[in-house]
Amino acid sequence: MNRSRSRFGGYRLLSGVMNYSDTSIVASTTAPFLSLEGVRKTYPGVVALDGFSMEVRPGEIIGLVGENGAGKSTLMKILGGVTRPDSGTITVDGVAHDGLTVEGSLGSGIAFVHQELNLFENLDVAANIFFGREPLRGGPLKLVDRARLRIQVAPLLKRVGANFSADTPVSALSLAQQQMVEIAKALSIKARLVILDEPTSSLPLAETDKLLDVIKALKIEGISVIFISHRLHEVERVADRVVVLRDGMLAGTLPKSAINHDQMVKLMIGRMLKEREKASEAARAPGSVALSAKAVRTGAYPDRPVDLDVRHGEILGLAGLVGSGRTELARVLFGIDERFGGSVKLDGQELALKSAADAVAHGIFLVPEDRKLTGVLLDLSIAQNISLPNLPAHARHQLVSASAEVATAEKQKNNLGIKAPSVATRTGTLSGGNQQKVVLAKWLAMNPKVMILDEPTRGIDIGAKAEIYGLMRALADAGVAVLMISSDMEEVIGVSDRIAVMHEGQISGILDKDDFSQENVLLLAVGKKPR
Amino acid sequence: MSKKDLGLLILILVVGAVVAIINPRFLLPINLANTSNLIGLFGILSIGQAFVIITGGIELSVGSVVALLGTLFIDLIAVREMEWPLAFVLIIVLGAIIGLAHGWLITRLKLQPFVVTLCGLLIYRGVARFYTGDGTAGFAFGQNFPDLEFLTAGRSYGVPNSFIALIVISIVMWVVLHRSVFGRYLYAIGKNEEAAKYSGIRTGRVVIAAYVICGVLTALSAIYFAMYTRSISPASHGQFYELYAIAAAVLGGFSLRGGEGSLIGVLLGTVLLQELQNLVNLLGIPSSLNFAVMGGVILIGVLVDQQWGVFRERRLMLDATRKGAAGAPAE
Repeated sequence: MNRSRSRFGGYRLLSGVMNYSDTSIVASTTAPFLSLEGVRKTYPGVVALDGFSMEVRPGEIIGLVGENGAGKSTLMKILGGVTRPDSGTITVDGVAHDGLTVEGSLGSGIAFVHQELNLFENLDVAANIFFGREPLRGGPLKLVDRARLRIQVAPLLKRVGANFSADTPVSALSLAQQQMVEIAKALSIKARLVILDEPTSSLPLAETDKLLDVIKALKIEGISVIFISHRLHEVERVADRVVVLRDGMLAGTLPKSAINHDQMVKLMIGRMLKEREKASEAARAPGSVALSAKAVRTGAYPDRPVDLDVRHGEILGLAGLVGSGRTELARVLFGIDERFGGSVKLDGQELALKSAADAVAHGIFLVPEDRKLTGVLLDLSIAQNISLPNLPAHARHQLVSASAEVATAEKQKNNLGIKAPSVATRTGTLSGGNQQKVVLAKWLAMNPKVMILDEPTRGIDIGAKAEIYGLMRALADAGVAVLMISSDMEEVIGVSDRIAVMHEGQISGILDKDDFSQENVLLLAVGKKPR
Repeated sequence: MSKKDLGLLILILVVGAVVAIINPRFLLPINLANTSNLIGLFGILSIGQAFVIITGGIELSVGSVVALLGTLFIDLIAVREMEWPLAFVLIIVLGAIIGLAHGWLITRLKLQPFVVTLCGLLIYRGVARFYTGDGTAGFAFGQNFPDLEFLTAGRSYGVPNSFIALIVISIVMWVVLHRSVFGRYLYAIGKNEEAAKYSGIRTGRVVIAAYVICGVLTALSAIYFAMYTRSISPASHGQFYELYAIAAAVLGGFSLRGGEGSLIGVLLGTVLLQELQNLVNLLGIPSSLNFAVMGGVILIGVLVDQQWGVFRERRLMLDATRKGAAGAPAE
């Protein structure tokens, strides 16, 4: 995007919502704990933050939203003291700074809970919370005073509502519990502002509620919270005020009364999202069964047989809590994991599926959960990634034809709108959404029969999400059987034709379009009957 | 040819020029022929090693395999009087079987390459010594194999045939590594084996094939080494050859993490190593310092390469900043 244009647009948006922020500032009388004034930060070739201002008052929960690349991570780095802004002031507790240091940030009570947790899995909860600050016994050996440690940890755990004890090893905790440990850690340094970066992105639904409760408890203690999330309905639930970043600028501030999904999206992308996928209302004639799993058992739940049919021309949503065995099922269907009994049929023909190569040969493709580790090869070019599963078709006498590769890749690049200088661009330099499109492109180039997508839009900005929904629908319309695993409730309900829900390794129920509701999915996900 | 390879070539030429000025005997045909013969022998070995390293693996048993297969080859043709073409094929097949076994242990039984091939290093050396009763395997007086000797230790137009063999193998292997489907799979696996698997590549088979290629080329070089030395004491023959091969690959720009390196790189690495050996002899450096010189040069080479990479990245960043200040687009 052209910078001058985006700046212009930013100003326009800014003025358009000024009245919101004005009222909220007027309404408040307490002095802000933190305020940013005209913060600008540039990286080579990129203006990451362009005169950004915001403030956080004690006991306030700020929802910070924005598309990927809007400048959220730069803002976090500045607040954490990892980078210094080029210009602008940061006022913490009434003291103005040009930039913070890591120690300064910590010392003034700013604590972070990152998306990737920084815990030592092999140590117990107490050791993690007081790592490097353990109470010591006297004497030359400086042994850890375990008794005192436990006394200090107990109240912290209570404050975050922990249901586990201080000597539990972190590896035995669920993700949400680990996040509670991180928050307890923040409390232990007497944090006055806790910044949570995408805390719920990998949390199952039930655990998300617990975390949101903890956030509200922090507010009651007068601790401020900045809650960064792509899950807008969660922001809607907890935030007192929402700050929207776009192209490094403040796109707008929404007071509590004005926080709603559509407003946030509008500010985030500067327009209303029309492409929001809605399955066509006309009832579809269900196609024949494409992929049929009978009594399939996975390594995660070797004693729980799974039956599941995916039909031609449908998008079957696979919902459930994290750890319910959805990814493992996908991996078995793709031949990556060993199948512990049961059978898999494609169009009535039984498949052995001893490796992913078998699945690929039959037109069963997987867009895996972890894009960077298993989806693409970051060091290869776009063209090389797209041709990789079908390389012999791009070769003559076993010698790779670069021109054939480029031709295939160019076609897919245009079809999917992959934004890159050329197909020779290294895939690792692309944004998450474009990398995901490369994963899709390599399969689309080979006529899929069954397409399994595991969390296809995680960590992808809203614009690219809509495009990926459109692609899935186009695939289904072309007769492909689409199986979409997703933990995003809005996505599952908005995109699927049917929803299968997994609970502890088994399909607990399948919902037809008429029965779609968040409540029903949730009830099935925790093993109860839908209404 | 990549910039890295070009840099290495220039280094080889500069070192060569310096040695030639100090000791003009460097350029005598006999010296060049001897050196290129050694380049041929070690080059074949190093290319095999390179195929394993590109997958992120390592093959430590190379030296012991050279000793074992060399001993067997001499024994077969000199003592058991087997027809040499038959013995030749047998040894190559044995090399392939060794590679197959290593590859199978590594991919199917999920053992680490370092462990598998370290055990190989010990086992093959032990077997070789036991087989000859720790004696020396060699030809009896007056035994001649004119065709075989010509092909292995002979010369055509003054060029050692071992060197010519290396050139032929290099051309074939260059095509395999840089142009074939299999070569692309090797790089993909070296870069990220999981992602390669998720793209439907049968990674196990590809990795096994890499070890088989290494085994075959090692067997071939074992025959060349045997015919070059003509007598083998299994306790010391081929010792440290795996390290020569690994060093050549590393000097040539291979990463031990896999996924990086070129065939020209490993060839130039071999050339530089042999040039250094030659330098030690010609410049009157005590031969006991041989290994120290090699180690030092490799360390400096890798260090310069790495620092150059850091420097280049920084320059790119600075360029981009300057362009950014001149009004480049925002994200």
